Amino acid sequence: MPKNRFISQLISSFFDLAPILAVVIVFQVLIIRQPLSNVIELITGTCFVIIGLTLFIQGIELSLFPLGESMAYAFARKGSLFWLLFFAFCLGFGAAIAEPAVIIVAKKAAHIASLHHVIEATADAEMYYALGLRLTIALSVGLALLMGVFRLLKGWHVHYPIILVYTCIALISPFAPHHIIGIAYDSGGLATSTITVPLVTALGVGLATAIKGRNPMTDGFGLVVLASLTPIIFVMLYGIII
Amino acid sequence: MNEILSQLGLNLFNTCRDFFPIAVVLIGFQFVVIRKPLTNPRKIITGFIFVLLGLVFFLQGLDLALFPIGKLMASQLTTPEFLGTQSRDTTLTWLTYAGVYSFAASIGFAAALAEPSLLAVALKAEQISGGTIKAWGLRLAVAIGFGFGLALGTFRIITGTELYIFIIIGFIIAIFQTLFAHKSIIGVAFDSGTVTTTLVTVPLVSALGEGLAQAIPNRNPLLDGFGLLAFASLFPVIAVLGYAQIAQWLSNHSFLSKP
Repeated sequence: MPKNRFISQLISSFFDLAPILAVVIVFQVLIIRQPLSNVIELITGTCFVIIGLTLFIQGIELSLFPLGESMAYAFARKGSLFWLLFFAFCLGFGAAIAEPAVIIVAKKAAHIASLHHVIEATADAEMYYALGLRLTIALSVGLALLMGVFRLLKGWHVHYPIILVYTCIALISPFAPHHIIGIAYDSGGLATSTITVPLVTALGVGLATAIKGRNPMTDGFGLVVLASLTPIIFVMLYGIII
Repeated sequence: MNEILSQLGLNLFNTCRDFFPIAVVLIGFQFVVIRKPLTNPRKIITGFIFVLLGLVFFLQGLDLALFPIGKLMASQLTTPEFLGTQSRDTTLTWLTYAGVYSFAASIGFAAALAEPSLLAVALKAEQISGGTIKAWGLRLAVAIGFGFGLALGTFRIITGTELYIFIIIGFIIAIFQTLFAHKSIIGVAFDSGTVTTTLVTVPLVSALGEGLAQAIPNRNPLLDGFGLLAFASLFPVIAVLGYAQIAQWLSNHSFLSKP
């Protein structure tokens, strides 16, 4: 039985990737018409991506999803607002600091900063800058989850915090240093790609199910959005301060 | 082959280190605050091992395939031979790069249509709206928004316009739409924007941006490559809110026209 599930997951991972491969192949064959250099490496890589996706999704369904949901449920039953909010913060912080995409981009950003003479061009200074950036993103995802869970508990509409965050971003952008803006705007999407989204979704759905008078369908939404918008503000502030 | 294996080993080590904080948070809260044993520890531990192994293979595959493909396409679509010009002179206008826009738009469109979590969100939205919003309509709207967003993002990299001008205009449009949209659809609309930035699209789109900034003359490859993701997560929101309004208007209209 698990074997069958693994194979069907393998097939569905392939189909997730298929449209992208199709577009690339169509463009290569019909429009660019140039021979690809290292086909074997590309094919190995694609197989690795498919295997990796399969294992990852299986693993999430076995561990992160049930764990996140049961913990959210346990906290809701415990009835302690402090612990629930603290848990939400730590979950966001831990997930964002672990996010592989954030780690890659933080290193790049540190390199950019050293080229722009924002920090000294030493390996140490770059490392600290990258770590600071990761901590900033993690802190803001944590704060976003805290806000989002609080909103969920109070039953406020999701568009108030979103409009607030949008306005903040629009007001800060003109004052942020040029080199940080692109990174800041991308950091939101990066922070919500691999580990954060499944955990946050599980938390939102678990809470909305456990709390009376909340509909998991309408109230469970909206946590991820805040987690993807708040880092923009804080990364820009990080750029202004440093 | 050996090289790939040693890379995999290094990746495993790095992934374990990166995954450590979130494991500490989950286990710490489970034992210190909730103080209940795990219901199914064996299943959860197997799951964690799967997640780690999956990430290792995935990251390795990214380095071997998705990153190179994104960069390669960006550089191939901008070579002078492909553009049909002799040299990289200043007579090139933004219109010359039509191949780039169409590639970005098709990648976005295809990736969004195939995204499984978007299908789940779309089905939920159909239920919430009581059938006013169709699941396929929503998916189409997200796909168009994503494709358009990416194409506009590559346009920005090519012309070198300031990023925040585009984004703030997008924000203003989205806020106006939010004010007039039906309350129940707002959460779905905003979530569909983040649904498109996934494990597969994020690295591909970043590589595309970086490759473009490298290939276009007078662009700083480190600086101008960023920003595509911001477009990719904003425009689906606008498209979904727009679709929801059109769908609502159409259904109201048909109600009124019925006797």
